[in-house]
Amino acid sequence: MSRSLEFESKLSMNNVWAISNIVIKELYRRKDFYVLFVLTVVITVLMGAINFFNDDQIARYLKEICLLLIWISSLVIAITTTARQIPAERENRTIYPLMAKPVSRSELILGKFLGSWLACGLALICFYFFFGCVASSREGHWPGMSYFQAAGLHWLALGVVAALTMLGSLVFAAPSSNSTITFVGILGILLVGRHLNKVALQLTEPIRSLVYGFYFAIPHLEFFDVRDLVIHNYPPIPWKIWWGAVFYGFAYGAIFLVAACWVFRRKPLN
Amino acid sequence: MRILALVLALLLSICFSLATIMESWFQSWEGNRATSSTLIGLFLGDSRRLFANHFFVKADSYFHSGYYPTIFDNGQSFEKSHLAENAGAISGANETPEVAFLTAPLDWIDRFGRNFFPSVHTHLDEGGTKGRGNKSESSSERADVREILPWLKISAELDPSRIETYTVAAYWLRTRLGKTREAEELLREGLRTNPHSFAILFELGRVYEENRKDSFHARNIWELALKNWQKTEANKKEPDNFMFEQITVRLAQLEEKDGQFEKAINYWTMAKNVSPDPRAIQERIEEAKQKLKAHFDSKTGPPARSLK
Repeated sequence: MSRSLEFESKLSMNNVWAISNIVIKELYRRKDFYVLFVLTVVITVLMGAINFFNDDQIARYLKEICLLLIWISSLVIAITTTARQIPAERENRTIYPLMAKPVSRSELILGKFLGSWLACGLALICFYFFFGCVASSREGHWPGMSYFQAAGLHWLALGVVAALTMLGSLVFAAPSSNSTITFVGILGILLVGRHLNKVALQLTEPIRSLVYGFYFAIPHLEFFDVRDLVIHNYPPIPWKIWWGAVFYGFAYGAIFLVAACWVFRRKPLN
Repeated sequence: MRILALVLALLLSICFSLATIMESWFQSWEGNRATSSTLIGLFLGDSRRLFANHFFVKADSYFHSGYYPTIFDNGQSFEKSHLAENAGAISGANETPEVAFLTAPLDWIDRFGRNFFPSVHTHLDEGGTKGRGNKSESSSERADVREILPWLKISAELDPSRIETYTVAAYWLRTRLGKTREAEELLREGLRTNPHSFAILFELGRVYEENRKDSFHARNIWELALKNWQKTEANKKEPDNFMFEQITVRLAQLEEKDGQFEKAINYWTMAKNVSPDPRAIQERIEEAKQKLKAHFDSKTGPPARSLK
């Protein structure tokens, strides 16, 4: 039997779910999420208490601040949760008994990723529910479809980030370096990714081709950052476009996960 | 051990002595941030002025519902703030049309990505994303302009010497939100920091004239604004002729309304010297002269017939 067929036959979703369950439980046992959520709530409430010209219906600045805090918090949760999964198993020497069980390396990677991603999803539900309450208290309406689309795309983005971090945890030496490099890279993509093509056109060859190639290669996470559309009450994105972004996110997530599985299969456990 | 204790005591004495000398010097030092009345001034010092412009631009971005050029785009069409332009705080129009900064998509990623950020030109005072490009009838939609106020307020806090912030914020407060009292308070706050600002005085005059219907106070304030302009701008190489024209035109209109046609002609003449459209001003001068003549005739009555 070829190695790829052997891989497919051995991949058991039960094992993947079991491992992911443990990661999800880890989220609500650790303090990270609670600290970030409380910080977000406190800062948002304080900002909301400021009086601007005796007008209590001003909402957009508050939505912007709240969404910025949600994005920062969710990126921190996604990266730190995922970055420590495999290194923690190695440090605690629990990876050996885990591999002794009928759990393949790919199932371990997928299970850890799925757990981190689902944990991010649960955190996002709490964050966006709070955001919705704050926004509707000021604006008097609840654009459910827009919020659903924004939260969905945000969750997809965190999936790509988690997959990238998982790959990084197998490539880089320590969780701290992995977290830092991933965080800086993600920030760079969110801020500058959309504009690399314009920058490339102002350069000369061969740098222009390099930059343009890099522009096409990177995952464009800015597709998933629709904060401005939510803040300024734009109509919902057309569903065809939204699903296009979803498939784009799945594609990049899959690429990073396959790469992670491939790297992990070739690395010694110690 | 004893030596260590003695050294420690010596160091403490030196610190205490230095503190008594430095404290009096620090209190009289100009850069002493402790004299700053705000937390922002205390923490940032003069660097806060760098951020003030950023927040003013943020307000302009909110005015366009997020549709705004980044540093990577051609920002020529947004060099002058449309927020300030619509408020009458600055002159002229931008050279390129506002839509020009977002050119045709360069590739499929650029084309696809435009669905995920604001890529349609709107103004908040025209309904924003709901009434794109159309003058909105609904008062609640026009009041969406309130969303720019926090950024203008922060900009004013960060750089109290930035005049434009006060005049722009006051304009939108009184015209779209009906908050005349708040607009006046903001302008007076600006005057406390910038006592000789003719632009703030002009806007304050507009509050009295347009909102409080108090021409008497408006005239006094505009005359003071004109005096301040002549004191501060007249000798400059490039004086603010836009503001001068605004002040003199308003004074001329006020004097005409009150039947003081000679004063009105005087102000129209002053405005004509700096106006980009002197012909239109000349027409107003001619109209004022005719009204003056008619007014004089009505007072003196028809000329007496000679008796033969």
